[in-house]
Amino acid sequence: MEALKDKLESSFLVLENELNGEAEGEIHGRRREAFKRFVDKGFPTKRDEEWKYTNLKPILKHDYRIFAKDDRTVDFSTIKPFFLNDVDTYKLVFIDGYYSSWLSETTHQGFDICTFSNMLSKYQDVAQQYFAKALPKEESMAAVNTAFAREGAFIRIKKGVTVDKPVEIIFITTDQKVETLAQPRNLVVVEENAEVSILERHQSLSAKPVLTNTATEIFALRDSRLNYYKIQNDAKNASLIDSTSVKQYRGSNVSLGTFSFGNKFIRNNLNFFLEEEHTESHMDGITVIDKDQTVDHHTLADHKVPHCYSDELYKGIYDENAHGVFNGKVMVHPHAQKTNAFQQNNNILLTDKASIDTKPQLEIFADDVQCSHGCTIGQLDEEAMFYLQSRGIPEKEAKALLLYAFANDGLRNVKIPALRKKLNRQIAKKLNVNLDFEL
Amino acid sequence: MLKINNLQAEIEGKSILKGIDLEVKPGEVHAIMGPNGSGKSTLSSVIAGREEYEVTGGNIDFEGEDLLDLGADERAHKGIFLSFQYPVEIPGVTVTNFIKTAINETRKARGQETMPANVMLKMMREKMSLLEIDNAFLSRSLNEGFSGGEKKRNEIFQMAMLEPKLAILDETDSGLDIDALRIVANGVNKLKSKNNAVIVITHYQRLLEHIVPDYVHVLYKGKIVKSGTKDLALELEAKGYDWLKEGVEA
Repeated sequence: MEALKDKLESSFLVLENELNGEAEGEIHGRRREAFKRFVDKGFPTKRDEEWKYTNLKPILKHDYRIFAKDDRTVDFSTIKPFFLNDVDTYKLVFIDGYYSSWLSETTHQGFDICTFSNMLSKYQDVAQQYFAKALPKEESMAAVNTAFAREGAFIRIKKGVTVDKPVEIIFITTDQKVETLAQPRNLVVVEENAEVSILERHQSLSAKPVLTNTATEIFALRDSRLNYYKIQNDAKNASLIDSTSVKQYRGSNVSLGTFSFGNKFIRNNLNFFLEEEHTESHMDGITVIDKDQTVDHHTLADHKVPHCYSDELYKGIYDENAHGVFNGKVMVHPHAQKTNAFQQNNNILLTDKASIDTKPQLEIFADDVQCSHGCTIGQLDEEAMFYLQSRGIPEKEAKALLLYAFANDGLRNVKIPALRKKLNRQIAKKLNVNLDFEL
Repeated sequence: MLKINNLQAEIEGKSILKGIDLEVKPGEVHAIMGPNGSGKSTLSSVIAGREEYEVTGGNIDFEGEDLLDLGADERAHKGIFLSFQYPVEIPGVTVTNFIKTAINETRKARGQETMPANVMLKMMREKMSLLEIDNAFLSRSLNEGFSGGEKKRNEIFQMAMLEPKLAILDETDSGLDIDALRIVANGVNKLKSKNNAVIVITHYQRLLEHIVPDYVHVLYKGKIVKSGTKDLALELEAKGYDWLKEGVEA
């Protein structure tokens, strides 16, 4: 861990030298400030309350390359399976941290679907207003990302615009020789009464360990609507730390779904900050993992003002030695009367060795609110298994059908049929059956 | 078709079936009656392959094959169907999805092609009208929030779709009002043929007025203590079970 920290420190100096004049600007000042916080605090350890169930040490021991080379190309056919395909989409594709115009399909017609670097050079007012303004300062991994923030997706939907097709953001890592640290940085601004759906995924084509430390800042301005979906199904040697912070303004509606099937290790830090009244926030998750996989969900619904609604549903299925974590924090500040906040976390453990740490954390300082939470940990219902088998459905398929039935309300906010289909297929594949769940 | 010889079974060390003999031929309807706790539901569960019961003696032969070697799903593939006394609620699985999966997994096991969607839909419509089931039923979650009558009707609907050789109706009449009972019995009768057989397990004579049995057996304390024709059911209705109990306990 210390070796990687040292390497990041020297790399940061390299970055500053490359920036030349820009290093004196206010934007870089924010990077510098974030980096100082990281240097002071270091990587998270199990001593941190927020990290007590997962150990980053094995992930951080590798000698990651910090700056990948911009010399690789990838055929569209190689990455085609990662796209939705059944439906036309805008595409932002990054290869080893560099934007690939060849594989992407972007636009500036009425709204901006382009790159973070483009935003930094072209729209300095946007950078001034939004960069490093949503992520909580105390999160070390987000701070490292901020310090090195140079490339990723920039999506800005102008006032009143409904985007005609979904946006897919894909980050590909290719290096076969070295271990790679990827740090994409995304900024999404959905302006007043605008609407867009976005999909994000990170995909390693490398056999070497890859650590993606990604951060996304989302601003949902008044009466805007955003659906954001993350498909986390990366290679078995890939790890992901995702820090996503959403700031919502009056009347906005944001739904964020996290669907985790792959990777060696995944940590999601998902924060919703409800800045103004009458917002609606949905957080959904489906986790289906096995072997030695770990998926750790940390979520926050921060009710700062009255009359906001948040609803959270996380479903988990853990097989073999898999380990899950769910830490759902709901904060209702003293002024946030008439808050509606709901949280549900349901888990099924399929073996004695699979485990889940689940911790609902409700901190409510207002008295006129409706809040509820629930968590369950269970096994498959034997009576239901017999019922299905007595109708001729073999054990493996019966099990898959019940698990799918258990998990599928996690798809309730998936509005893109092609994505639903893809997720259904993915769940069937992960449960090792050839069943068409949806009819 | 079905030959049960000296079948003994227990659950958690407690002996429930103590030597059952029963033979069912194609085209026959058998009724098994008996007081609570006599082992009626255990018998149906053991035939269908519920694993909690341990068979400690005897065998069940179905068309020349020992059923006890087969899992519940394989028994279904051979053509055995159990209508549950308490059908399980499964939120998230629709009736359509469930039946489609059941039919196609059964066909797969029998080495047949999957049933084309339009053929299946047509068949569903036919059987639904037979059982006076509403279309909206298909997209509901399996048994979730169903009334007692809807659950039983759904069982017979599944039976109609799966076309079993041997159907065991476990207390199908419980929880049904007289209209629902008539519809369900009518459905069963329409599905009867000279090639299939039905075992009706019931407490009361009521259902047997609609599904008329060729044979009636009385189960008591894990044994068949008396067999006869449909007149035996009427006799039981009039006299209760006590006169049979005395014979056994003496």
